[in-house]
Amino acid sequence: MSDFLTTGPGMLFLIVIQCLGIIGFVMISLLFLVYSDRKIWAAVQMRRGPNVVGVWGLLQSVADALKYVLKEIVIPAGADKTVFILAPLLSFVLAMMLWAVIPFNPGWVLADINVAILYVFAIGSLEVYGVIMGGWASNSKYPFLGALRSAAQMISYEVSIGLIIIGVVISTGSLNFSDIVIAQQGNLGFLNWYWLPHFPMVILFFVSALAETNRPPFDLPEAESELVAGYQVEYSSTPFLLFMAGEYIAIFLMCALISLLFFGGWLSPFPFLPDGPHWMIIKMAFFFFMFSMVKAVVPRYRYDQLMRLGWKVFLPLSLGWVVIVAFLAKFEVFGGFYARWVIGG
Amino acid sequence: MLLIDISFYVFSTVILSSALLVVVSRNPVHSVLWLILMFLSCAGLFVLLGAEFVAMLLVIVYVGAVAVLFLFVVMMLDIDFGSLRSEFARYMPIAGLICIILLMELSLVFGVWQTAESAEQARAVITPDLSQVQNTAALGHVIYSKYIYLFQTAGLILLVAMIGAIVLTVRDRPNIKRQDVLSQIYRDPKEQLKIIDVESGKGL
Amino acid sequence: MNGSSYNIFNSSNYFGWSETQGVLEVIQILLPEIVLAVFSMIVLLGAVYSRKNKTTSIVFWGTATTFLLVSIFIIFRGAAVYTAFGGAFIDDLFSRYLKVLILLSAAIILMLSQDFLKRNNLFKFEYPILMTLSVVGMMMMVSAGDLMSLYMGLELQSLSLYVLASFSRDSVRSTEAGLKYFVLGALSSGMLLYGSSLIYGYSGSTVFSEIFITASANEKSLGFVFGLVFITIGMAFKVSAVPFHMWTPDVYEGAPTPVTAFLATAPKVAAMGLFARVVHDAFGGAFNDWSQILILLSVLSMLFGSIAAIGQKDIKRLMAYSSISHMGFALMGLTSGGLEGVQSMLIYMAIYVMMNIGTFAFIISMEVDGKPVSEINSLQMYSKTNPGRSMALLILMFSLAGIPPLLGFFGKFYVLKAAITSELYLLATAGVIASVIGAFYYLRIIYYIYFGENPRALDQTHSLFNQTVLVISALAMVLGVVNLFGLEFVSEIAANALVN
Repeated sequence: MSDFLTTGPGMLFLIVIQCLGIIGFVMISLLFLVYSDRKIWAAVQMRRGPNVVGVWGLLQSVADALKYVLKEIVIPAGADKTVFILAPLLSFVLAMMLWAVIPFNPGWVLADINVAILYVFAIGSLEVYGVIMGGWASNSKYPFLGALRSAAQMISYEVSIGLIIIGVVISTGSLNFSDIVIAQQGNLGFLNWYWLPHFPMVILFFVSALAETNRPPFDLPEAESELVAGYQVEYSSTPFLLFMAGEYIAIFLMCALISLLFFGGWLSPFPFLPDGPHWMIIKMAFFFFMFSMVKAVVPRYRYDQLMRLGWKVFLPLSLGWVVIVAFLAKFEVFGGFYARWVIGG
Repeated sequence: MLLIDISFYVFSTVILSSALLVVVSRNPVHSVLWLILMFLSCAGLFVLLGAEFVAMLLVIVYVGAVAVLFLFVVMMLDIDFGSLRSEFARYMPIAGLICIILLMELSLVFGVWQTAESAEQARAVITPDLSQVQNTAALGHVIYSKYIYLFQTAGLILLVAMIGAIVLTVRDRPNIKRQDVLSQIYRDPKEQLKIIDVESGKGL
Repeated sequence: MNGSSYNIFNSSNYFGWSETQGVLEVIQILLPEIVLAVFSMIVLLGAVYSRKNKTTSIVFWGTATTFLLVSIFIIFRGAAVYTAFGGAFIDDLFSRYLKVLILLSAAIILMLSQDFLKRNNLFKFEYPILMTLSVVGMMMMVSAGDLMSLYMGLELQSLSLYVLASFSRDSVRSTEAGLKYFVLGALSSGMLLYGSSLIYGYSGSTVFSEIFITASANEKSLGFVFGLVFITIGMAFKVSAVPFHMWTPDVYEGAPTPVTAFLATAPKVAAMGLFARVVHDAFGGAFNDWSQILILLSVLSMLFGSIAAIGQKDIKRLMAYSSISHMGFALMGLTSGGLEGVQSMLIYMAIYVMMNIGTFAFIISMEVDGKPVSEINSLQMYSKTNPGRSMALLILMFSLAGIPPLLGFFGKFYVLKAAITSELYLLATAGVIASVIGAFYYLRIIYYIYFGENPRALDQTHSLFNQTVLVISALAMVLGVVNLFGLEFVSEIAANALVN
């Protein structure tokens, strides 16, 4: 068996198995994410939320998914069929592809590539196509408006996300996620993580992540009061499920990114506790909780305010921060606080 | 290796066929989508060459930014592409001529191409040993030291492009209401709000 | 994975190449360019945040003063040769001569523009800023010592000019001019790049000095020759030599007149300097290969420019054809090769710029009822109302035509002399024929001014500065005859810097 794994087909087999593992993990967590999302809003609004299917309603998402899959796919008469079907597939597949470079523990990563961060950017910037294609192919006004809004919004916030990550990359000197996590190792536990040196940017990143994934309060592409459901208006059954799943996967990925970039990934927050993948999962779950809470408590932004925030506030701030960090790192101000290679991170 | 060979032929086939479809597809939006597919396959070829940095940049810049704008513009344009297509035949001869010239130039690369004796050595001087350094880091080293002049000039060129875009499009409209965020934030509720206790049945 | 295995800041000497110059030294070498670039950025920020019409005027004056100061700084730099960035940037006497010419002409044209722009509602602070950036690009062009820095300088210059050409954005013709210029300019850049990549493929380097070594070999590959041809075509576009001149008349006509004046002077100097730099520094060893192309370009430009100008009714179009023909003469100097050839080209360009500034000082002020006009017809009987300005124009036109006692003649004289020394008799003959044909249309303008019929009153709204420039340049055409303002000596040492 071990001989087989070193041959070409064997390696292919291994890769396929690993891919399935990641997909399984993400899909199963997806079911419970949707559930917990609904439970959290319900709790904030003093309702009970899903509570019928399974113990405490735990299987509600499974039931919903089954319902979506079993329904008939309706394609509007004027729609561009191929693109219409392609759009949700694209947004789902791309969201899934991103998980290839996310490490959960040293070595627990599908593709440990040098340019992992650029890969996330590249694939992440493709996600906008799912939305645009869906909105355009529906051949209808609201979806199209929603698609345009979404495209503009995602491009705007990608810029600040990119610049914020560059700050972290400068501190580390590597574009690899594992390197970034390892650079946050130290004797002080959570005080060594990047959230402290890059503090203001953590908040900016979180807000930008909300906008990037079209989450409330920035869910203007699907603002129901203005656009019915934005680019998803004409979608039903499985295609809709794919859109929604893609959206949640992207959100979960953003949680993973925040954990890796600013909160030490699999590192333990306290020096006396061992590191491990459970820390990564816990951190991701915590940030997902934050995403949910934001949706539950913050009212929706107006579109022009959203654009203003992206271009006039976040862009200058994150750009300025890149310059500051570059100087702090180059001249090793505060020792290795910003220049992690100094302390051997 | 077999896997690499297969990927190469897959990517090349996709590039060629989607490039063809960019030109012949009836719907301009489809053309742009084929173009995107072509860019992605090109990125694939770069990965096969071991130039992962260039591959990612190609996707980020061309697919993630440029093609989105393309798509934006094409989706919103209301052009009768049928009439444009009718001119296709008219320009065919000249396009064919250009194609033949380009083909000849390409055949030059494969046919009689030769380099000066010192060329290989000159190229090797600036190329680092790839077993020691990743190509992203290697690029960073030359861009920010040896080629900083070109890098900064590229920055100036982009600045000119930005100034140009603003000069040629922005119109200063004096009579529109703008949002002043600071004044909104610093509004004092005490001065702006008056709370009146209205007795029931009387009104104001 | 054991963390970052290398350290990005402490390993500057990874591979072969190491920085031999300190940062300060490099900054010193590039000081003029850096000063202008930083100046333009600071002014941009300041002007955006002040947004007052008063500041626009200050920006115009400030920019012109800066041009002037930088050119004085360059003049006092002496004769030392500096190179930076491994030969990508060369600051020698040749580039300094051209830089001073570029800066001075840009400064004068900037001041000439002010009045026109104000009256046509184009008085914006972006104008001088774009001009500054374009000048920075030109200075990079004439200092280029590497195919990449050549391209970057060229692009910086051209991009600013595209925007300037469509600066009058509400006028259809101006935007059309900008678009045409942009599309054809992009095409020429593409050719230049294609040629550059072929050259790089052949010689394995983009630095001129390395290319020179491979170009000097006796046997050259076909790819190298192709590359050379494409680079030449790309640069011929920029100097608007026939048959790559198509954009020139349309762009000159459509662009706002001050921009036309700018297009006709500084960029031509820069492109010509670049041409000389490339053919000597990079392809000096392949003289026979490029000189054939240049002879063809030169003959065609001189003849076509002169013949096509005859039928023109618009003075801006006419000046476009005139500049095409003049570029043909300058190329003749370059083709002759050697010290004398380059020197004659440098003298020609300086004189050409002087004449054009004077002529455009007048054209910019041509107006009927407050609207700018450019028909030659509107000049009819102009001498009746304005004998002084007509006289100045007469001198300038004679000089442009190359009629003996005036300065323009000496430009042509040096170029023809260089051609004859290199035994390019046919080329010289073509030059003489072209200048005889060319004299016709310059004289036609003078005919209109003095003997036309049906007088049309041009407005008398010439600003003082424009009048002064017109008169001074006309006087220069006469007084320069004495010793060419020392141009002969200066251009000789400048040419010497390039050729040796």
